[in-house]
Amino acid sequence: MLRPYLAVLGARYREVLQYRSAAVANSVVQLFWGGIRLMVLAAFFASASTEPPMAFAAVVAYIWLGQAFFGLLPYSLDPDIQRKFLEGNVAWELLRPVNLYAFWYARTFAHRVADTTIRMLPLLFVALWVLPWVGLDAWALKPPPSLASGIAFAVALFGMAALATAVTMLFQTTLFWLVSGRGLQACMYGLISLLSGLAVPLPLLPAWLQPALYWQPFRGLGDTPFRIYSGDIAASAAPVEIALQFGWTAVFVGIGYAVLSRGRGRLVIQGG
Amino acid sequence: MDRAPSGTASREATLADDRHPRKPGTVGLYLRLIGVSVRGQMQYRGTFLVMSFGQLLTHSLEPFAIWALFDRFGSLAVWTLPQVALLYGTVSVAFAFTDALARGFDLFGDQFIKTGNFDRILLRPRPLVPQVAGHEFTLFRVGRLLPGLVVLVWALWSLDIDWNAARVLLLALSLAGTFLFFYGLIILQATLAFWTTETLHIFNLLTYGGVETAQYPLAIYARDFRRFFTFVVPLGCVTYFPLVGVMGVADPLGSTAWMQFAAPLAGFAFFGASLLAWRTGVRHYTSTGS
Repeated sequence: MLRPYLAVLGARYREVLQYRSAAVANSVVQLFWGGIRLMVLAAFFASASTEPPMAFAAVVAYIWLGQAFFGLLPYSLDPDIQRKFLEGNVAWELLRPVNLYAFWYARTFAHRVADTTIRMLPLLFVALWVLPWVGLDAWALKPPPSLASGIAFAVALFGMAALATAVTMLFQTTLFWLVSGRGLQACMYGLISLLSGLAVPLPLLPAWLQPALYWQPFRGLGDTPFRIYSGDIAASAAPVEIALQFGWTAVFVGIGYAVLSRGRGRLVIQGG
Repeated sequence: MDRAPSGTASREATLADDRHPRKPGTVGLYLRLIGVSVRGQMQYRGTFLVMSFGQLLTHSLEPFAIWALFDRFGSLAVWTLPQVALLYGTVSVAFAFTDALARGFDLFGDQFIKTGNFDRILLRPRPLVPQVAGHEFTLFRVGRLLPGLVVLVWALWSLDIDWNAARVLLLALSLAGTFLFFYGLIILQATLAFWTTETLHIFNLLTYGGVETAQYPLAIYARDFRRFFTFVVPLGCVTYFPLVGVMGVADPLGSTAWMQFAAPLAGFAFFGASLLAWRTGVRHYTSTGS
């Protein structure tokens, strides 16, 4: 029953493995970017007048994991699905004997996860092993403090991919009405960067914003897994955080499913 | 019946005009192409508005993030929020112009070399640079310009600068130098496509990474990183050094007044060098076919 959904994952892995040099280039860009972020934050930490709400080591892990798993974030739509809407091939998709939401979810998940697996490896290699080796130990990514934290991180990372896919799916279903998703993407970019913690680690934002930041859905796209990794969120507190993350995923899946059903009912095929 | 002859006559007149058209110069051609691009974008007004709004939102959240860090930590070494805002505002305004005006070079590898479209441009008896530069004028970058401008004006207002002619000149040199520096960088990226046939996205390191870097004082970065962005890629020369002069504070890196004046000229030189490299690239161009 799962075969068509697993098949798209396998196909995507084989596809992205063809572009290994692009993955390495991407890692170099992410490393450079992480380096700038860390130098800026280190300078801020050095001039802190009061105790910051987060240890610098946790910030280092937060930044490197953010660079490594950047590709999971719902910044872009699946280009194949986008093209289907533009060219009218979406009609074929409606004919397949599979659940359309589940099939597209699997496709988009495969797209995000396969791309990110290839891209994160060189970056994590440098952050974990090369940096300590060249004497930049303070800037290196350390392993999680305990096995429990490590396991909780793995679950939260899966949750991050699941949530990111559910958010992307919601954007994708708007293509039934919008045709080109470019404008929506342009609007979401800054918002998701800020609310996931990729622009600035969320605990460093003003204290009065923290309650609102805690309850918003995009925290599960970075902040939750990255702080579980470093132990900034203790392993004992992790299950609640992960439950919240999966709860938001369910909400986005529910809305996306409903929107997709409505969109199917009024679809106008573009082109022939 | 009697319409046909007059129609033919007027068509002949147009043909005659086409045979001896008024040839626009480099600037005229460029302006005409920009006009075409703007009219084209105005056909999709909704897209333009949404894209501008998206840019506006994204680039309004950036200064918010910087403000939040200052709110949390108090200061950044010896630097205050208005000083960082001056750096942020200058680089944002200058880069918004580069981004809007250099789009043709930015897309050059993928849209001209890979497709063979550059051949068509070479066949036209007109200079190449304005044709490529005028390929697209991305109007929605106004969404980046506006927040940058607001931050810049706020910075100049709250810094309480003791204005004199020298400081006005320094600010102008920094804005112009930064614009030209980034433009040169994008021309270099396009030039490399003559050999690689694809746009080298790794150049985004220097363009977008450079914008990110220049938003904060050069003095806070590691020594080798500073040297790279001063002597190899003269980003610090067009942003940090002249703007420290505008602020009128002592530079922790020890630059003197004449250095702060001379530094932004590196942006002009960089632009000139990139044009020379472009020429060499054109001479080495082999078509990929279509």
